[in-house]
Amino acid sequence: MYVIPLAEKLNPLVPHPIEIVLSIVVFGILYFLAKKYVVPNFEKTFAERTSAIEGGLRAAETKQAEADAKLAELEQQLSEARHEAAKIREEAREQGAQIVAEMREQAQEEASRIVEHGKTQIEAERQQAVTSLRAEVGTLATSLAGRIVGESLDDDQRAARVVERFLADLELHNEATDAGSSTSGAS
Amino acid sequence: MSLIPTLVARSEGFTPPGPGDFNLPPVGPDRTFTFLGQQMYLGVTKPMLLLVLSAALIFLFFRAASAKRAMVPGKTQFIGEMGYTFVRNQLGRDIIGSKEFMRFVPFLFVLFFFVLVNNLFATIPLLQFPTFSRAGLVYGLVLISWLVYNIVGIKAQGGVLAYLKHQTVPPGVHGPMLALLIPLEFFSNILVRPLTLALRLFANMLAGHILLILFALGGEYLLVHGEGLVKPVGIVAWLMFIVIAFLEVLVQVLQAYVFTLLSALYISGAIAEEH
Repeated sequence: MYVIPLAEKLNPLVPHPIEIVLSIVVFGILYFLAKKYVVPNFEKTFAERTSAIEGGLRAAETKQAEADAKLAELEQQLSEARHEAAKIREEAREQGAQIVAEMREQAQEEASRIVEHGKTQIEAERQQAVTSLRAEVGTLATSLAGRIVGESLDDDQRAARVVERFLADLELHNEATDAGSSTSGAS
Repeated sequence: MSLIPTLVARSEGFTPPGPGDFNLPPVGPDRTFTFLGQQMYLGVTKPMLLLVLSAALIFLFFRAASAKRAMVPGKTQFIGEMGYTFVRNQLGRDIIGSKEFMRFVPFLFVLFFFVLVNNLFATIPLLQFPTFSRAGLVYGLVLISWLVYNIVGIKAQGGVLAYLKHQTVPPGVHGPMLALLIPLEFFSNILVRPLTLALRLFANMLAGHILLILFALGGEYLLVHGEGLVKPVGIVAWLMFIVIAFLEVLVQVLQAYVFTLLSALYISGAIAEEH
């Protein structure tokens, strides 16, 4: 192997001609390879990535809008339902009040009806009592009159005695009846 | 035939690292040829292999990351998308503008990761060589970048002359000042841009790696050949090596970012409707 001695005066600025050519050729080959196989790939990847991100953003926006619309709809439905419930409650209250009023009226009617009925009955019974009393009084009066007539009616004293005796008899009769009822009640 | 640099046929005594350390001999059978007055290896060298390896790694990784096209990315896809999105949005959309940027995204994307991976090779064990410390490789990239921004500019401005006017005539300047400014603007916008773009990347990678070689070799030299109290300084040099190596990672990422950022800015300036 021949070695150019180090001591040889070398000008480093003077180029080696083969190196110039080699440099251009290698750079050129690398340039065309990179231009054909590397740069388009990177650019395509970047473009795809950008569009993927943009697509994702757009999809997210659509979803968001849909969700907003849904939410608004649901809120509207909810407020409608609340409104409905309030209306129903109001109606129920009105109906309740009406029912109570009707009931009260009915009760009033019933009460007055019962009172009326009671009054009528009492009147009838009173009528009956008066009738029967009238008959009895007639009988008693007749019997009293008979006795008075039997004893002679010209003596005032005698008349008074007869009346007293009649009343005593009547009382006795009453007592006997009372005693009879009380003995029967005791036995 | 090893990928690990085998070159160091250093003589006795300390040879400081230099551009020669980056002129690795080819992996296979080798011959030399002379180009612009310099003797050069003819054959497949380590930086060439690294360059191809980086392209293969980038393609395989991003192919794997982008092939699945899952809505919810896995680990690989997530990392791939993060890297792609960074270039697409930070370097493409924010600088070129959301109207036009998409057609430049593959270019900026490949440019950023191509430079980044090759730069990081300087730190990865066993590989450990900054591919873009080789001027030729950087010139190739810069040539592409230069052609891209000029061609899209010519197309956008509708013709070479319109484009040159767009690039060289500052708005609001009239009269003799133009005679001064037009050559200056042409020089700055058309000629110097590719040079600075190339030198920034190439010189950063070269210088950073020279620094690392210096600390590594110097530390070793001090440890082996130093006497007395000088020996421990070698250890310090190696500790410095570790610190610098971390700094280099930062530089490597930053340079990849700056290279792509400037390419995007040049494109943006070329297709801008008004100056």
